[in-house]
Amino acid sequence: MEIKYSMKKGSLIVRISGEIDHHTSEDIREKLDREFQRQNAKNIIFDFSDIQFMDSSGIGVIMGRYKNVKERGGKVGIFNVQPQIDRIFQLSGLYKIINHYHSLDEAVASLQ
Amino acid sequence: MQYQNTMTLSFISKSQNEAFARVAVAAFVSQLDPTLEEISDIKTAVSEAVTNAVIHGYENQEGIITVSCTICGNVVDITIADEGIGIEDIEQAREPLYTSKPELERSGMGFTMMETFMDEVEVESEKGKGTIVRMRKKLRSLD
Repeated sequence: MEIKYSMKKGSLIVRISGEIDHHTSEDIREKLDREFQRQNAKNIIFDFSDIQFMDSSGIGVIMGRYKNVKERGGKVGIFNVQPQIDRIFQLSGLYKIINHYHSLDEAVASLQ
Repeated sequence: MQYQNTMTLSFISKSQNEAFARVAVAAFVSQLDPTLEEISDIKTAVSEAVTNAVIHGYENQEGIITVSCTICGNVVDITIADEGIGIEDIEQAREPLYTSKPELERSGMGFTMMETFMDEVEVESEKGKGTIVRMRKKLRSLD
């Protein structure tokens, strides 16, 4: 599991490669929170291009980050979601609190 | 005579084994030549059940989790068993968004995932004895 970060117009862009399950989620959570603080970001945008697997542990991770971001008045966005993970997001109602975009540019422009 | 096959795996309740279990079951089921979506459904359901055994059954203590998988024609039966603390109220545990461990940022969607991605999910549990989750999925790609 590898995480790449970049900053664009106040949004921390997070690209996770690998699988999000209970085992990896603890590490992801810790690294993400540290980077979010360090960059003093307002929003978080998840690039899901390289996620090969995610179960309900991933919902917990995103909901937890949503709470942190909301405290700063920011938002959580997501793009490039694979069909199976899209079903999990729909099922969990996560799209009611996070914004689903088609591309990074759309996410950055919309959240700035 | 329908094609039949079966396998059983036992492993320690380490979180590393969540990935091992779902990949092993997916590899076993792949002999039926399922679709990517079917494999994905099975992997997600197995991951949820094994994670429940690790976090809730054994509360991150060490114990044995046994996963077995039986193929009969185009029907896949998967059983995930632990000998952990058991579930006091199964109905409540199966409710969407219910979690006994909100402090761990658990979403409470584990059983809902299993029910959505498999055709049948049965839970048998006894306090202090453990939990058995039985799931069935018919692979429609083989109809």
